[in-house]
Amino acid sequence: MASVMLPLSVGIPLLSAVLILLIGKAWRNAGALFAPITTLITLVFAIDLLGADAGTYWMGGWPPPFGIVLVLDSVSKVLLLVVNMVAFLASVYAVSYMQKYTAQNKFYALFILMLAGMNGVVLTGDLFNLYVFLEIASIASYALVGFGVEHEELEAGFKYLVLGTIASTMLLVGIAIVYNLTGSVNMADVARFVSGMPPNKALLFALAMFLFGFGLKAGLVPFHAWLPDAHPSAPAPVSAMLSGVLIKAIGVYPLIRITYSVFGAPNIILNLILWLGVISAVVGVFLALGQYDIKRLMAYHSVSQMGYVAIGIGLGTPLGIAAALFHMFNHALFKSLLFLSAGSLESATGTRDLRQMGGLKKKMPITSLATATGSLSIAGVPPFNGFFSKLLIIIAAIMAKQYVAAGVAAFVSLLTLASFTKVMKYSLLGKLNEKYERLKESPVLMAIVLTILSVLCLGVGLFYNYFMDSIFNPAANDLLNQAKYISMVIGG
Amino acid sequence: MVVYILDMVILVIGIYCLIAKRHLIKKIIGMVLMEYSVNLFLILIGYRHNGIAPILMPDENRVHFAQYGVDPLPQALVLTSIVIGLGTLALMAAYAMRLYEKYRTFDMSEIRRLKG
Repeated sequence: MASVMLPLSVGIPLLSAVLILLIGKAWRNAGALFAPITTLITLVFAIDLLGADAGTYWMGGWPPPFGIVLVLDSVSKVLLLVVNMVAFLASVYAVSYMQKYTAQNKFYALFILMLAGMNGVVLTGDLFNLYVFLEIASIASYALVGFGVEHEELEAGFKYLVLGTIASTMLLVGIAIVYNLTGSVNMADVARFVSGMPPNKALLFALAMFLFGFGLKAGLVPFHAWLPDAHPSAPAPVSAMLSGVLIKAIGVYPLIRITYSVFGAPNIILNLILWLGVISAVVGVFLALGQYDIKRLMAYHSVSQMGYVAIGIGLGTPLGIAAALFHMFNHALFKSLLFLSAGSLESATGTRDLRQMGGLKKKMPITSLATATGSLSIAGVPPFNGFFSKLLIIIAAIMAKQYVAAGVAAFVSLLTLASFTKVMKYSLLGKLNEKYERLKESPVLMAIVLTILSVLCLGVGLFYNYFMDSIFNPAANDLLNQAKYISMVIGG
Repeated sequence: MVVYILDMVILVIGIYCLIAKRHLIKKIIGMVLMEYSVNLFLILIGYRHNGIAPILMPDENRVHFAQYGVDPLPQALVLTSIVIGLGTLALMAAYAMRLYEKYRTFDMSEIRRLKG
C-alpha cells in the first residue's frame, strides 16, 4: 500500500475549494491566501512522492478490482510533479494578477477544483473514476475560460463547452463498451482481460472513442478548433494552466495510459497517433505564423507542440516515449512561462496585439528576459530545455525509421523559431511606443514567478541527462511493461 | 439488438442537434439527448429480462439471485453520470443566459467575433 498522500493530493484541493467559497462570503481575501497554500501542500506531496516506491492505495480499503484504486507509478509521478508545480506558480502569480477582477474567490475555488480533477485523473487506476475526475477538471475549465464574461470570452467558453461535452460523452460510450466486454472498469483488470484475448473489433472501436475523446481534450488536429479560442480568452494564470498542464493531464496522459498500460499498444492506434501528431505539428505552426495576437499565437503553438508529443508516443520505442514525456514536461514549463509573461505584458500595456507593443525591453527587463527565455526554449535553441527534448524525438523517429515524421519535426522546429523571432522583435525590440513612456515592471510576485520558471527552463536544459536517466527513462520502461502494471495493481 | 440501435439513433440525433442547430436552447436540448442516450446505453448493458433488484436478502436463494439479479454496477455509474450531466447542463444554461445578455440573441451564427 502506498502512502496516504495519494488520496490527500485529491482530497485537500477538493476541501479547500469548498472552504474558499464558504469563508469567502465573510472574508474576500480568503482565496488569495488558501489557493497558494493548498497548491504548495500538494506540490510538497508531489516532490515527496518522487522518491516513494510505486504502489497502490485502496479507497475505503476495498481491494481491486472491486474498489477504486489510486496508482502511483513512475509515469504518474512525472505528471503529478509537473501539474502541481505549474499550479503552485500560477496560483502565486494569480494573487497579484487577479486583483483587477471581481469575484476572486470564485476564481480560486474553480482553479483549485481544476487541480483536484487533474490530480485525480493522474492518480486513478479506474476507468470510470478517470471519467469523473476528467469531468471535474473539464467543467471547472469551461467556467474559467468564460470568467471574464465579455463577448469573446463567453463565445470561446461556450464553444469549448459544446466540443468538450461531446468528447466526454464519447469517452463514456467507450468505457461502457469496455465494461460490457470485460465486466470490469479497473484498468489493470481490463488490461489482464485484453492481453489474453485475440484482436477484437469492439475493443478497437472503444479505443477509437478514447482516441477521439482524449485527442479533443489534448487539442490534436483535427480536434483543435476550440483551443485557440479558449486558451487565450481565460485570465493569464488560467491560460498557463490550460495550455501548460490541462491538455496533458486530461488529454495526453490518459491517452498514453490507456493505449499502453490497458490496451497494450496495438500498432494501428500507434500509427494513428503518430500521424495525428505529424499533422498537428505542421498545421499548428502554420496557423501560428500569421497571428499578431500574442496569446492566440501561443495557443496555436500548443497545438503544434502537442503534435511533437504525439509523434514521440506514436513511435512506440522506449526512447520515443521517454522523449515525449520529457517534451511534455518541458512544454509545461515554457508554455506556462510564455503565457504568464504574456499576461504581464498585457496587464502593463493593455493590449494583446504585437504590433502595438515594441521596445518593452528597457521598461520591463525581467518580463522581457522571461519572454525571451520562453521563446528560445520553445523554439529549441540550445542549451534551453526545448532543444534536447525535440532533438531526442527526432533521433527516436530516425531510429524507428519514420523519416517523414523526423523531417517534419525538424522543419516545424525552424518555423517555430521564425514565429518566436517575430514575437521578440515586435514586443521586446524596436522603438518604444510613446504611450508606454511611464510603464513600470510588473509587481514583485509576478516577477518572482517568471524568474523561477525561467531558471527551471534553463536548468532542465543544462542537466537534461540527469532528468532523462532518473525520471523519464524509467517512466517509459514502466509504460511499455504492461505485465508489471497489472501485477502491481491486482497483485499488490 | 433493436433497442441498442434505437439508442444509438438517439445519440446521433443528440450530437447532430448539438452541432448543427444554431439556437442555443436547441443546442442544450441536443446535449441532454446525447447524455441520456449514453445513460440508457449503460443501463441496457446491465439489463436482464425478468431481472430482480440486486439486493441480497438473508433468506434469498443465492443461485436464483446470481441467475436473475441485474448488474448493479452500471446503475451506480449512471447515477454519477446523471449528476455530471446536470452540472454540465446548468453551466450550459448559465452560458446561454450570459450570451443572451451580451449579444441580445440566441442565434449562434450571429455570435461570431472570434476568427483566424
